[in-house]
Amino acid sequence: MRELRVQPIKNGTVIDHIPSGMALKVLKILGISDNVASTVTVAMHVASSKMKWKDIVKVEDRELNPREVDKICLIAPSATVNVVRNYNVAEKRRVSLPEKAVGILKCGNPNCITNQREPVETVFLVSSKAPLVLKCRYCDRIIEDVASCIL
Amino acid sequence: MSSFAGADVISIADFSKEEVMKILRIAKEMVPMATGKKTDRSLEGKILSALFFEPSTRTRLSFESAMKRLGGGVLGFAQPEGTSIMKGETLADTIRMVDAYSDVIVIRHPQEGAARLAADFASRPVINAGDGAGQHPTQTLLDLYTIWEGLGKLDGASIALVGDLKYGRTVHSLTTALSMFKTNLSFIAPPSLQMPRELVEQVKEKGLPLRMTHDIRDVIKEVDVLYVTRIQKERFPDPQEYAKVAGTYKIDIPLLRDAKKSLMIMHPLPRVNEIAPEVDATPYARYFQQAFNGVSVRMALLSLILGGSR
Repeated sequence: MRELRVQPIKNGTVIDHIPSGMALKVLKILGISDNVASTVTVAMHVASSKMKWKDIVKVEDRELNPREVDKICLIAPSATVNVVRNYNVAEKRRVSLPEKAVGILKCGNPNCITNQREPVETVFLVSSKAPLVLKCRYCDRIIEDVASCIL
Repeated sequence: MSSFAGADVISIADFSKEEVMKILRIAKEMVPMATGKKTDRSLEGKILSALFFEPSTRTRLSFESAMKRLGGGVLGFAQPEGTSIMKGETLADTIRMVDAYSDVIVIRHPQEGAARLAADFASRPVINAGDGAGQHPTQTLLDLYTIWEGLGKLDGASIALVGDLKYGRTVHSLTTALSMFKTNLSFIAPPSLQMPRELVEQVKEKGLPLRMTHDIRDVIKEVDVLYVTRIQKERFPDPQEYAKVAGTYKIDIPLLRDAKKSLMIMHPLPRVNEIAPEVDATPYARYFQQAFNGVSVRMALLSLILGGSR
């Protein structure tokens, strides 16, 4: 039997099939730094039959809300999100790219009206899914590096 | 845009080809009223708010003229000094207030996306009169009108855009609009100021013939329209480099020797040195006519949006 590199978790979320090299960006999206109470396990560059190499993130004692799942999709559209309860996969959530990303990203254009003191959430329209192209609904700017624009 | 009545006008990309043509045809019908030869009071009792957070001469005056020629009234400001914006009011709040005072809001603002935001907060239609380096759809409509009226067609027209194609917002919107038609485009600019890649891709995706060069002489014999824009000095770190580049994009009589007799020279104005003054007296010069066309085009748009006689 193949030895598991990462131990199963009792309760929490397993984010699997993250494109290789993107795990740390997933942590950034989830706001995970040294401020968490439970264990966070990151596996990078893991052999995968489906995608050759992948990253895995396991977050114990935390279930992701839909907005967090949407955010992950923007940088890791191939990811799968499994909610684990008492060592069993209780829910399998496949991330799916929304038509638009509301309040998730900051516009990279410093002169965009959404970067001023106005009471609006940013809105980015998905103008292409592969490759991912996101366009600001307000100033039409296309986001170059999605991960760096995540709020 | 399913119907013009009550619609916002934020970007030229919001229009279909048919809608553009409808505006141009109505603009032509508006010419006698725009010149004061006939009167039209179809927007009597309607009020236009002109919110100019940034100075503008042609756009603001032609909107005011257009509204008044149709019998409507205008209120607003030409610069934000002295208004509550200077006290730190958000654009959203300004718009909510103005929304209650008028039937249509025209906005020019230094920040990109301001018109879209205004439209989100206004129940009345919002017309974008230029948002930063972003969109200026009524300028694009009057450019299209000038070409269509002058050549009698847009499909089949051969149009060269000259000058600062990288940063110039008018040429970006115009490229989007011209690629709705079967036009033959040329982008003429120094390599450092050429058209952004996404716009070049947009033209190619439509399968339109496209030529990119840095020398006007490559196309001068063939084109129907030379659309000239200003090359801004501040784009060049080296003043000598600027002088060299600006000099090669100057339109003068010797350059026009090989041009078609019917060639139209257009410019969104203000011009600095791009077109020699002696060209003004030639039949090629259409830039002042182009500026006048702003009135009839804006009359057409206001009439369609506010439900005037048409």
